[in-house]
Amino acid sequence: MSKFKGKKDNALPAVNTASLPDIVFMLLFFFMVVTVMREDTLMIDNLLPQADQVEKLEKKYPISYIYAGKPGKGYEKFGTEARLQLNDKFADISEIRAFISAERASIAREELVDFLTVSLKVDKEANMGIVSDIKKELREANALKINYTVGTGSALDN
Amino acid sequence: MAKRSAPEVNAGSMADIAFLLLIFFLVTTTIPKDSGINRKLPPMEPPNEDQVVIKQKNIFTVLINGNDQLLVEDELMELKDLRKAAIEFLDNGGTTDAEGNKCDYCNGKKDLTSSDHPDKAIISLKSERETSYKTYISVQNELVAAYNDLRNIRALEIGPKKGFRDMDFVKMEKNFRDANFVGNKEKMKEVIDQIRKEYPEKLSEVQ
Repeated sequence: MSKFKGKKDNALPAVNTASLPDIVFMLLFFFMVVTVMREDTLMIDNLLPQADQVEKLEKKYPISYIYAGKPGKGYEKFGTEARLQLNDKFADISEIRAFISAERASIAREELVDFLTVSLKVDKEANMGIVSDIKKELREANALKINYTVGTGSALDN
Repeated sequence: MAKRSAPEVNAGSMADIAFLLLIFFLVTTTIPKDSGINRKLPPMEPPNEDQVVIKQKNIFTVLINGNDQLLVEDELMELKDLRKAAIEFLDNGGTTDAEGNKCDYCNGKKDLTSSDHPDKAIISLKSERETSYKTYISVQNELVAAYNDLRNIRALEIGPKKGFRDMDFVKMEKNFRDANFVGNKEKMKEVIDQIRKEYPEKLSEVQ
């Protein structure tokens, strides 16, 4: 047996790579956990009011988001009045109708078009003027299912 | 100095550490899901000449002014009292509905100067442009809560007879949407529809 011995004696032992998959998995899970998927980059303050009689927004139906609020950090040049944001840019009230048509056109399954829900994410400090303007435009566009998206909490604390 | 080979690090517990971290994150993570108050806007109608006349006593007016003050039935009111006032109005059941049926499930005062029947009672909400959105949402929430409270009471009354014990209206709706719910969904739909008919949500917004 001795003729097979003494070959590797002087070499450094190889680094144990058995735990490498664990490290990789750990990193993977870390990134999975901290990643928040969001549809749009917000350019406005968007702190939602609170309410407790809420229903979940069902993801199985198409949802369009309309944001409104006062321009946020870095966008002060747009003034201090509440503004409307559609997709990734500030918009005018009159653009809502075009936005709704575009959203309707992008729904892949035709039978779901009538179930389009518009989620209104309006900052709690905004006033009703902009909200009623939005609602009026939505009625004109015949997008009648709306959802006042809110945080969960007591409504009396607003 | 004698040459030493580097000692091997024991990596046996690495997997345990990784799993520990994984489980920690799994447990502490909450997936944020949007929720809110669902509303349906009235469709645009061509101007209609013949107006439906509604008796003043069947309308519960809520006005929010520009300073976020609440005027309910021409009286100043705090937000916390709104739910109770709305429930009293809706559950009054003074006389009969359109078909002449008495409200035999109402628990109200049967006051003749308040609403006739839950079927006829309408809540009218008016806000001004300067009203803040948070107050508007709070008021909406309280009015929805008034309806939900009444429906919950009713569900606890008729639910046990139909085999749905200890389930209020909100829970019934939730279970009805839940695909994993074991139980007679058709029967539950009947109960839900009956309660919806007994306390219809008639909330109108003045533009």
